[in-house]
Amino acid sequence: MRDFYGTTLTTGLMLGTAQYPSPAVMMDAFKRSAASVATVSLRRESGQDRAGQDFWAIIRDLNVHVLPNTAGCHSVKEAVTTAHMAREVFDTKWIKLEVIGEEDTLQPDVFGLVEAARILSEDGFNVFPYTTEDLVVADKLLNVGCEVLMPWGAPIGSGLGLNNPYGLRSMRAHFPDVPLVIDAGLGLPSQAAQAMEMGFDAVLLNTAVAKAGDPAAMAEAFAGAVHAGQLAAKADPMEPRDMAAPSTPILGKAFLI
Amino acid sequence: MTQITIIGGGVAGLCVARSLRDRSADVRVFDRHGALGPHACSWWAGGMLAPFCEGESAEEPVVRLGQEAADWWDAKTHAVNRCGTLVISLTRDKAELIRFGRRTSNFETISGADIDALEPDLAGRFNTGLLFKDEAHLSPRLALNHLRDGLIADGVTFETADADPEVYARGGLTVDCRGFQARDKINDLRGVKGEMLILSCKDVTLNRPVRLLHPRISLYVVPRGDGIFMLGATMIESSQKSHVTARSLLELLSAAYALNPAFGEAEVLEIGVDARPAFPDNLPRIRRNGNLIRANGLFRHGFLLAPAMARMVAEMIFDNTRPEMMDETSA
Repeated sequence: MRDFYGTTLTTGLMLGTAQYPSPAVMMDAFKRSAASVATVSLRRESGQDRAGQDFWAIIRDLNVHVLPNTAGCHSVKEAVTTAHMAREVFDTKWIKLEVIGEEDTLQPDVFGLVEAARILSEDGFNVFPYTTEDLVVADKLLNVGCEVLMPWGAPIGSGLGLNNPYGLRSMRAHFPDVPLVIDAGLGLPSQAAQAMEMGFDAVLLNTAVAKAGDPAAMAEAFAGAVHAGQLAAKADPMEPRDMAAPSTPILGKAFLI
Repeated sequence: MTQITIIGGGVAGLCVARSLRDRSADVRVFDRHGALGPHACSWWAGGMLAPFCEGESAEEPVVRLGQEAADWWDAKTHAVNRCGTLVISLTRDKAELIRFGRRTSNFETISGADIDALEPDLAGRFNTGLLFKDEAHLSPRLALNHLRDGLIADGVTFETADADPEVYARGGLTVDCRGFQARDKINDLRGVKGEMLILSCKDVTLNRPVRLLHPRISLYVVPRGDGIFMLGATMIESSQKSHVTARSLLELLSAAYALNPAFGEAEVLEIGVDARPAFPDNLPRIRRNGNLIRANGLFRHGFLLAPAMARMVAEMIFDNTRPEMMDETSA
């Protein structure tokens, strides 16, 4: 596994903590997913008088790395404020940075994202930016101090999978040494396997598990898919070809029957 | 006659009081504000008796035990409307409706024309929906007042005091029904913040609760009669009992507007907020330690599950049965 700001993760699955039917179901899902990271969105209202602390305690008890996020922030200022609150609440420098630019697709505002990433990196945060597959934006994020990139697969919560495999492949090829996480848009384990086969270092998902009829079973399915994809990427998969290539030799086979 | 003290006069306390009084116990109820009011979660409840709809995300006991609720409330308060629940979505969110149908039972899929006939004020706006015709609803404050009046008539006394259940348990059987107020004594209880609105809108008539499904903002509207509607409710992992955010109001109101733009002209009568008491699996618990019984964790199912919880408390006290809602933890 690649290094995320000095931390080596045991598995390539990062799982969100929102939208589960209950915390008990969420805890089961984490157990069966073997996720190494839990993302948690912090509402500014819950942070003010630490009114969210009962739920935060449940998340700490998951015993995985906590990656707080700035979900739902629409401006640099909001995102920076939320990040500071998260650092205080969870005692971590990690922050998944989301700056939303468009309400319908929840597409990142990449201009605000780079700016917020710069401010937070200078302030000592380890920023995990939620970005697109745009290479120029990726480069700017690295320049302002990000050491991890989190391109989207598809819009948040859409379950559409890897929308632009070409763009994601080229991102992987462009930044061979940067830890890359597919964040958002995954709906099925096969899509997670596809991302891992393409050489991504991890996938991050929430809705696909939390909104499944049996979240814990779906979490286990994703765990298997991530493992399979990772193993396949390491095993150096064959190249596809247009012609059939029989796996047993046909030379010398009787043909006059 | 067994004397039993109940602490907390919200939906849990009153239902437990009713069930115990029905078994001839000598019951007194303490509430820190004396009467029903905005300090209780149930004051802000939707009052939907919708066990099948709740099955979309709740555990099986909610669906099963919740089916007792409509008859119980009808018998004790005569304040139940049995008109079912209508579940709809905007065309672009049809996937939500399909998913909701897959996760629930006891409904029929109805057409746009059926919706128009059932709810003329939604006519032409929705082309398919789910009708849960065995579900019901009530007006929470009315129902609780009926319940309280009935208890007083039957000799139950009500006192204003912020009573400590542990102190009263030394003197006899005591049931702690204080909801989130008991958080300091119940470690695994948490608050789930809910915000709601009460609107007056003479231009809209609805005959039954309507749930509008949306991937981000789900809304339900419960008609209270005379053009009064309850709009609810947010679900936020927070124990905050104040502080209604502008975002929540915007979300609730824009969802109501999507249901029927006439809600845009509604008068906002009340804005409510409270923290629902919940255990990690969002199911209620009955716990006992000698004379002290704690009944808590009704989450968003106060009116739906309090009758079953009250029945179990009574059965535990009078029949020595172990309630289904009991776990290994001591009160």
